[in-house]
Amino acid sequence: MYAQMVDTGLAKVEDLDALPPAERAFPARIDADVKIEPQDDMPEAYRRTLVRQIQQHAHSEIVGMLPEGNWVTRAPSLKRKAILMAKIQDEAGHGLYLYSAAETLGVSRDAMTGDLLAGKVKYSSIFNYPTLTWADIGAIGWLVDGAAIMNQIPLCRCSYGPYARAMIRICKEESFHQRQGFDIMMAMCAGTPAQKAMAQDALDRWWWPSVMMFGPSDAQSVHSAQSARWKIKLLSNDELRQRFVDQTVPQAEYLGLRIPDADLAWNPERGHYDFGAIDWDEFYAVIKGHGPCNRERIEVRRKAWDDGAWVREAALAHAAKRAARTDDAAEAA
Amino acid sequence: MSAVAAIEVPSRAATHAGDASLDEALLALALRQADSPLVLAQRLCEWIGKAPILEEDIAQANVGLDLVGQARLWYAYAGEIEVRMGRVARGEDDFAFRRDASAFRNVLLVEQPNGDFAHTIVRQFLFDAAQHLALDALARSRDARVAAIAAKAAKEVDYHVERSADWVVRLGDGTAESHERMQRALDALWPYTGELFDADATDLALAEAGFGVDPRTLAAQWRETVDAVLADATLARPADGYVQRGGRDGRHSEHLGHLLCELQFLQRAYPDARW
Repeated sequence: MYAQMVDTGLAKVEDLDALPPAERAFPARIDADVKIEPQDDMPEAYRRTLVRQIQQHAHSEIVGMLPEGNWVTRAPSLKRKAILMAKIQDEAGHGLYLYSAAETLGVSRDAMTGDLLAGKVKYSSIFNYPTLTWADIGAIGWLVDGAAIMNQIPLCRCSYGPYARAMIRICKEESFHQRQGFDIMMAMCAGTPAQKAMAQDALDRWWWPSVMMFGPSDAQSVHSAQSARWKIKLLSNDELRQRFVDQTVPQAEYLGLRIPDADLAWNPERGHYDFGAIDWDEFYAVIKGHGPCNRERIEVRRKAWDDGAWVREAALAHAAKRAARTDDAAEAA
Repeated sequence: MSAVAAIEVPSRAATHAGDASLDEALLALALRQADSPLVLAQRLCEWIGKAPILEEDIAQANVGLDLVGQARLWYAYAGEIEVRMGRVARGEDDFAFRRDASAFRNVLLVEQPNGDFAHTIVRQFLFDAAQHLALDALARSRDARVAAIAAKAAKEVDYHVERSADWVVRLGDGTAESHERMQRALDALWPYTGELFDADATDLALAEAGFGVDPRTLAAQWRETVDAVLADATLARPADGYVQRGGRDGRHSEHLGHLLCELQFLQRAYPDARW
């Protein structure tokens, strides 16, 4: 997902009965679906886990601008160009809401950016794949935003107020992005043989990375169980993945595209699609930095940050000068 | 963000119906008004994901979106003018993606490369300040379509010039380094500003008919705005010297060809495709 394999720092799931009475109030509030707000008491592990999760999500929005930015100067029509510019702008906005939500937990945006650039905090594995044709912009909207929504809609109900509220706004825009991506795919699938081939090639390359986005099965994960306990993770990775596959297969059929999975088949007993084995070696390789674009993505972000340093310093210096002038004027008066 | 809002099409002003030379001049005006924002928007697209701060990624995309929207409205009108002149109908994408550099009528200023953020901001400010005046004047055009498009664009450019002027002041009067970068950008781009106020026979014919504006009449007010902002920014206005011109007549710098290669790639590589 946009936040993958988030560590809670705990070795086992908290046992409510074993907690000292003073520490039982928090889980009781969670159980009662009371939203936790920034000024409320919260366990340190909850706070730290949320910071990790929200910041991974924020970084994913920011790094996610790059594969799409790769085509914004080459968009094939003025309408598509305007739509893509607006979409990327939305993503910057999502990054901003999410950094702001994380800041309510006592960590600065600059510190989070520093952690991203130093490689200490991850962003979603999916953005380490290249966008090779215009169809990839369609596939990202359709599949990647489609997968992201699966996870983000439940998060609108998560226990942390600022995160839940950010997610409500984000989901509204994401569902629009998904439809725009699907619309690109529809135009290409109804187009020339070359366009249709591009669309199939994009699906071939983006399908498995999208299915992997949800992360490995977390049925046995202590971290996922604890996050579920805290209501900052509402559905398991496998549940979300199944929903995604079930939703997407008929859409691919509608487009007349073939999903690159020989084992994909409707299972009437389960009422779900069965699908083939996922190559987790590839997932872990990308997570560890060996994806096709890991190095480039971070280098671009680092260069943008370094090249912009003089601008940020100047903005602060100017603000300080103005404040000093206002003070002087106030004293003189 | 700003989508391209539909502009209410007033019943066509009958004043110049059948006047072919005036239509020719209006077509030139529409393309000049369309091409500059499109080319500048393409430059802003190059910044996406790479701005000095996240807020500026959002702001630059926002300005770029406005500019693409303005270009689309002017192209649509250019197409209408061509149809009423009995020519083959062209749409916005034909104008944007199927013309070579020599057919583009944008000013040279907007095709200059992004450089550092100082160059990008100075280019934006010098253009915004002129465009703001031109659009305000065109909003009073006797041609109802020109007036409507210009009025919509002027509202957007009001905000653009406020933002770019703020940045000129902030960076000019920021640190020693930012001041030096801004002065360098201003010196480099100044020779391209003279073209913003050139008037040719087309401009004069349109101004005469009340459809357009004589750009020369805008120069003094532009200079006043620029001087005031540069003074706040503690930057020195460069001496007027040789003026680089030609963009409005299709004679461009080397940069435009490369910009169009990227902009037009898909339409050129797959001429039969619909996207």
